[in-house]
Amino acid sequence: MNRILVYLETHGSGLKRSSLEAITAATATGASVIGLMTDGNETAALSGSEYGLSTCLIAKHPLLSEKSSMAIATTIAQAAKQENVDYVVMAANSTGKEIAPRIAVKLQAGYIPDVISLDASSDKIIAKRPVYAGKAVVSLQATTAQCVMTLRPNVFTAKKQAASLNVSEFIPLIGSNDGRVKITGLVKNEGKLDVSEADVVVSGGRGIKAPENYHLVEELANVLGGAVGSSRAVVDAGWRPHTEQVGQTGKTVSPNLYIACGISGAVQHLAGMSSSKVIVAINKDKEAPIFKIADYGMVGDALEILPKLTDVLRSTLHK
Amino acid sequence: MNIFVCISQVPDTTTKITVAPDGKTMAGTGVKFILNPYDEFAIEEGLQLRTKHGGTVTAVTVGGDSSKEILRTALAMGVDKAILIKDNEKSDSFFVAQNLAETVKGSDILIFGRQSIDFDSYSMSSMVAEILDLPSVSMASKLTINGTNVVVERDVESGKETVATSLPCVISAQKGLNDPRYPKLPDIMKAKSKPIEERAPIACSSRVETLSMELPKTNRTGKILGDSDADIRELVRLLHEEAKVI
Ligand SMILES: Cc1cc2nc3c(=O)[nH]c(=O)nc-3n(C[C@H](O)[C@H](O)[C@H](O)COP(=O)(O)OP(=O)(O)OC[C@H]3O[C@@H](n4cnc5c(N)ncnc54)[C@H](O)[C@@H]3O)c2cc1C
Ligand SMILES: Nc1ncnc2c1ncn2[C@@H]1O[C@H](COP(=O)(O)O)[C@@H](O)[C@H]1O
Repeated sequence: MNRILVYLETHGSGLKRSSLEAITAATATGASVIGLMTDGNETAALSGSEYGLSTCLIAKHPLLSEKSSMAIATTIAQAAKQENVDYVVMAANSTGKEIAPRIAVKLQAGYIPDVISLDASSDKIIAKRPVYAGKAVVSLQATTAQCVMTLRPNVFTAKKQAASLNVSEFIPLIGSNDGRVKITGLVKNEGKLDVSEADVVVSGGRGIKAPENYHLVEELANVLGGAVGSSRAVVDAGWRPHTEQVGQTGKTVSPNLYIACGISGAVQHLAGMSSSKVIVAINKDKEAPIFKIADYGMVGDALEILPKLTDVLRSTLHK
Repeated sequence: MNIFVCISQVPDTTTKITVAPDGKTMAGTGVKFILNPYDEFAIEEGLQLRTKHGGTVTAVTVGGDSSKEILRTALAMGVDKAILIKDNEKSDSFFVAQNLAETVKGSDILIFGRQSIDFDSYSMSSMVAEILDLPSVSMASKLTINGTNVVVERDVESGKETVATSLPCVISAQKGLNDPRYPKLPDIMKAKSKPIEERAPIACSSRVETLSMELPKTNRTGKILGDSDADIRELVRLLHEEAKVI
């Protein structure tokens, strides 16, 4: 049986949803799964046990409290050795993308980033990932004994499944060299839900015509409890911040519902959102490429459709 | 300051992808290759650091003969030296990392792009840093160097992180780090005759194997409605009852 170490990140008193997704994805391969936290406690681990986590290591070290990416990588690699795992899995978010390649080098393991499906029908797991802006998908397998993978957030669904939990402390051996990099501050995006973490994303493009019309996009997002996204065209025009840009050179999102308003559907935009579960496109040009990947489309003027759609949704959702 | 910038050649994003007869790679015919857009930020940052702190900027790439073109672009932008590590095999990322590490060791700062837009791996800066046992910060949108102290602003999901590190170190460039310059025509001409140092790669076995490449299938419903009030109500009904997402 495969053994998989899942790196778990905390969120509030529980775990990030992307970590819960990783627990579910790892468990679904039939492997025995071991969780590892570097900034968590027993309460956070317990929230993992609701998703089937039965073993969890809690690592403690001063450099981990300072969130040194090097110390986190060292810790995960040491735990992977101690637990003799075949795979190390974590979310393909800003943390995972930064530390996972280091862990692969430390373990002399293959590295497969941004995985969207895992196939465990043979004893070595085959992972699929999108390449060339999602225009192709490759199936990959490590040739090494161990393999490190990051999973694209929101693609695997976290499933509830109660388990009884065993927690133990893990004390890593970390040299002071790993203290050469430290997070010293974080300025939060005030009160805003990030596109990459939202269940619903409503994005606007050049078809919104002017920055003063953008409230139409925001109001629809608000009614749905979602986040606001943007195409690069409107970010480059200075209407919206780069943090909202969806696409190959912006953020990758896979929400349950993605609504593209006045966005043509250039391949670089599709790269960032084509793994969304349900896609709605609103565009006045019925030939716009965005309709090719849409589940539902509305052909018409977004400036007229958006306020009406927001109204209908508001009354439907509040019934 | 001894500055190295790692750059890669990628297919133009508008390229239509077809699978080669081996069933595992992209068919190369008719594909236009460009300098990876994020590497323009990396080159620009290297040049600005040279202006502020003195020293030399070397651009290095692992690739085939055609990769000389991106090295010429880097030379035209103003780098002092260009190195091509020859690889015709389309090797895996560890091979590239190992070869880059071999060439850039001993530098004060190494600058990468945050991702190359072919495989979007976001991995090279951390891999090379680990091989060389150097600290690294990825997705830098601001870089300040004072003596050997380095402060980096980094884009994360929840906002902007400030990260402190020290030279020597590795950085990967996010959009917004700077405004890359356009090479001027005389510099483009001059770059054509500048030397490019070629090196043979060091061998190392690959760690990941590609089993197959496919074009993705879309299985979207594709229901197209108009813009009447009835259509809007129908869309809401479909999202609620059929797609069950609201
Ligand atoms: C290397 C590279 C990387 C890139 N990365 C990204 C990226 O990360 N993200 C990204 O988004 N783009 C990216 N792009 C840019 C991309 O190629 C497109 O230029 C961009 O996505 C277009 O944005 P848009 O759809 O808003 O604008 P347009 O392409 O101009 O489309 C506007 C659309 O609005 C419709 N429209 C106009 N008026 C209305 C109206 N009143 N109501 C409804 N519809 C209307 C039009 O029919 C049209 O389809 C990248 C490009 C390159 C070269
Ligand atoms: N073949 C290569 N040669 C030199 N540098 C590379 C190569 N491939 C990737 N890089 C660098 O690594 C960065 C991130 O690429 P990747 O990890 O492949 O997404 C790129 O922006 C380049 O700076």
